[in-house]
Amino acid sequence: MAEILNVIVATDCGSTTTKAILIEKRGDEYRQTYRGEAPTTVEAPFEDVTRGVLNAFAELEELSGRKILDGEKIITPAQENTGVDIYISTSSAGGGLQMMVAGAVKTMSAQSAQKAALGAGAIVMDVIASNDKRLPHEKIERIRDLRPDMILLSGGTDGGTVSHVVELAEFIGAANPRPRLGMTFQLPVIYAGNKEARDRVSDVLKDKTALRITDNLRPLLEMENLGPARLEIQNLFLEHVMAHAPGYKKLMSWTGVPIMPTPGAVGEMIQAIARKDNINVVGVDIGGATTDVFSVFDGIFNRTVSANFGMSYSISNVIAETGIENIIRWLPFEIDEADIRNRIKNKMIRPTTIPQLLEDLILEHAIAREALRLSFVQHKALAVGLKGVQKLKDMSESFDRVTEEETLIKMNNLDLIVGSGGVLSHAPRRSQAMMMMIDAFQPQGITMIAVDSIFMMPHLGVLSTINEKAATEVFEKDCLIYLGPCVSLTNSGKFGSHCLDCVITYSDGKRTEDSLSLGEIKVFELKEGEKAKVEISPANKFDLGEGKGKKLIKEVVGGVVGLVIDARGRPLNLDGSKGKEPMEKVLSEWNNAFDAYPTLPFYEKL
Amino acid sequence: MTHAYTPGLRLSEKLQIRKNRNLPLPGDVIVKKGDTVKSDDIVARTNLPGKVHSVNVVNRLAILPTDLRKNMLKKEGDSVVKDEPIAETSPFIKMFKSICLSPITGIIESISDITGQVLLREPPKPVQITAYVDGKVVETIEKEGVVIETSATFIQGIFGIGGETTGELQIIVNSPDDIVKPDDINETHRGKIIACGSIIYSDAIKKAIDTGVKGIVVGGIRDKEINELLGYDLGVAITGSEDINITIIITEGFGQIGMAQKTFDMLKKRVGSVASINGATQIRAGVVRPEIIIPYDDEETSGKSDKNESTADEESAGISIGDEVRIIRNPNFGVLGKVKDLPSELQTIETEAMARVLEVEFPDGQTAIVPRANIEAIEE
Repeated sequence: MAEILNVIVATDCGSTTTKAILIEKRGDEYRQTYRGEAPTTVEAPFEDVTRGVLNAFAELEELSGRKILDGEKIITPAQENTGVDIYISTSSAGGGLQMMVAGAVKTMSAQSAQKAALGAGAIVMDVIASNDKRLPHEKIERIRDLRPDMILLSGGTDGGTVSHVVELAEFIGAANPRPRLGMTFQLPVIYAGNKEARDRVSDVLKDKTALRITDNLRPLLEMENLGPARLEIQNLFLEHVMAHAPGYKKLMSWTGVPIMPTPGAVGEMIQAIARKDNINVVGVDIGGATTDVFSVFDGIFNRTVSANFGMSYSISNVIAETGIENIIRWLPFEIDEADIRNRIKNKMIRPTTIPQLLEDLILEHAIAREALRLSFVQHKALAVGLKGVQKLKDMSESFDRVTEEETLIKMNNLDLIVGSGGVLSHAPRRSQAMMMMIDAFQPQGITMIAVDSIFMMPHLGVLSTINEKAATEVFEKDCLIYLGPCVSLTNSGKFGSHCLDCVITYSDGKRTEDSLSLGEIKVFELKEGEKAKVEISPANKFDLGEGKGKKLIKEVVGGVVGLVIDARGRPLNLDGSKGKEPMEKVLSEWNNAFDAYPTLPFYEKL
Repeated sequence: MTHAYTPGLRLSEKLQIRKNRNLPLPGDVIVKKGDTVKSDDIVARTNLPGKVHSVNVVNRLAILPTDLRKNMLKKEGDSVVKDEPIAETSPFIKMFKSICLSPITGIIESISDITGQVLLREPPKPVQITAYVDGKVVETIEKEGVVIETSATFIQGIFGIGGETTGELQIIVNSPDDIVKPDDINETHRGKIIACGSIIYSDAIKKAIDTGVKGIVVGGIRDKEINELLGYDLGVAITGSEDINITIIITEGFGQIGMAQKTFDMLKKRVGSVASINGATQIRAGVVRPEIIIPYDDEETSGKSDKNESTADEESAGISIGDEVRIIRNPNFGVLGKVKDLPSELQTIETEAMARVLEVEFPDGQTAIVPRANIEAIEE
């Protein structure tokens, strides 16, 4: 690896597209300069991932004028307009990394194992636990049928249960599962449980699987140690899974650092940003098949993947999960339910089509809100403190709702939401992306909303492992588009009642005053990078995160959409029956506040 | 270079097709290279491992795991029959003896003196693979399967449910825009594959299943019918293993959409021939579309020499002016036309998105600008 990094080329080999970016040091700062893409070539007729990578490089060469390739070799190091200093890559081609995890207790070691696998960038196909209420033969059938890329087995604190862990190993042994790729090699199994059960587990599994043993991921009830298991997963991903995917051996020989699973790299980037500014961050990547949610709260990183919520391949599953009525509630026009169902199924079977009619675009945005909302609900459920730990509580805490108590995601302490994925990054108007994220995540207090402009978080995530400064510079300057801050109530009240007065003082001294009633949302002008002081006085019963009736005074920085003051209350109520106006009209008013959609003659009713 | 690649559905009157017929696990191939096979001939067979059952013997006998082996009547690998004792205690007073019986007929897979668990495995389950299409064995892969080649009419559908089936092809409507009614289906259609028009509703599907129709090929279907048939809302398009006693293939999409005239005409030409169809659809990377394969028999092929005969493996080219395309998104969903122009600049469409577009000319001479992502080539 070259020690001085002036020119970096990075690719992300996705299921359908290989995206290449060029990062160059200009003066003292790193900037992303060019971008090229080509169809991924993992599958027939090519069956060699490097073909797609070379095609993406060729486009980069054409656009940048920099010669990167000498035949099929990458030229290193960079000299003037030739070569690069390093090539790095991520991959999610061929369905990414698919794992199964097992642990003794569902909410303890099995959950920790799930977090380790997700954090390493895997899709968790199933969680097997001694107490998951399935009968032994059902567990064995499931392990055999799923054909994961690898299995992570945990269970027991060090010195704790042996028999439950060995029992799980016996189930895996009896299932004798075969890996998804490669007919001949053995399935990798990582054991990261009670160290006193290692020999027994090894006896059961060493002949039937490619067993690796690493540190216990839950050595004590009060402690998780996910790092060694995550590292082992990523090593095995390279050694077993990637090595059997077409062309990856060659690709691995080209890269300066190991190839990372795409979501693992995005997680690295989110963590780097949270570290740099010491903030709490939620990141979301909504793709065609899956939606990934990442969070860092008080330094604790969590990732979840909702494997069947997406905007094309899995679009129909969003409806199946949420119900058609939850989609219709976001539509500011009437439409026949059967018509919506057929449209959605047609998108599912022809996933690469794009909405041409405004009506179709608004429908897709409604579905995106639900996909994001459901994925975030799943994330909050997994991003919890350690279960099984005894805590001292006072009387008032004992009455708090369990879910509120356990999730680490405190919306009132959230500083930044970063959205990524086609429906957010490529929304025709940025305000549409901002609305979708506010509606889905329902931030409270002051939260900055941003989108990843061209999906380069994976590339920057790998880069952050070798040069965090370069990665965060490019992330802030070229990757993120700040849409603007959103100031929201944390509670609700009577629809239409006066709930807050605000004064915005701009840096040039100009002042804007306004007052909002419950159910209203307004967007105030505040350009990207421009600062303003906001003073918001909530009415007695309303809270902006400072306490009921307490004034909020903060300096905020603007974005391309502006400053949003959301007085619609939390949780957001879309039940039109309580208002005086029909919900379609209310939704249209919200859209108009953002100038979210064009007014075409045909759509004047919007 | 990046290029607009719009893979379409294959539609070919005569095509050289190779079908891989592979076993799920290594086994025996029972045909030879050069053999002529019929669709229902068995070409390979294997045994799938039997189901595993577990019995916690130490709990049943109230003993310690460390004492398990000395109480076992059987050892690993031994055969057992259902209700046969596999372990028993030997107390001083015989009336306190506890016995543990086998819940299945099979073999003892493992005995664990840690967990006290005994795993038993049912006998292997035989699995046979049929040829699926009439044709010739052109390759055998030892222990894995065979490749069968046939010359056939080949039509890809857009979506299907139900697995492989074969039957004589019948058309039961007069035009591709017709709606099939329950009365159109009768006893003569038992065991057949029926081609319908623009849509089929629940009542006609039910009649087809009751009559014993093996497969339905139709232009469109409503989401509602699929839900009713499956009993659940289909979330992800991975199908083919549904147990519904019929295979349904749609050629155009969801809703009422007339079957493309070309598809209809091609099916009409082959009425009376035996068709092999498979509804299996997988819309992910590595897409699988449902297929209709209608092999030509020897007499039909020997008399003809089709120099333009293509193969299913040929790579699809891009879109060119004059190519026939199908619009696959609103507005004009399902309409066929010809590419009139391929402007290279991005254009703003109604949603305000900037997209690569093309101009399509319809049979009536009208034209429309359509995003390239929203058309599908009709590939021969």
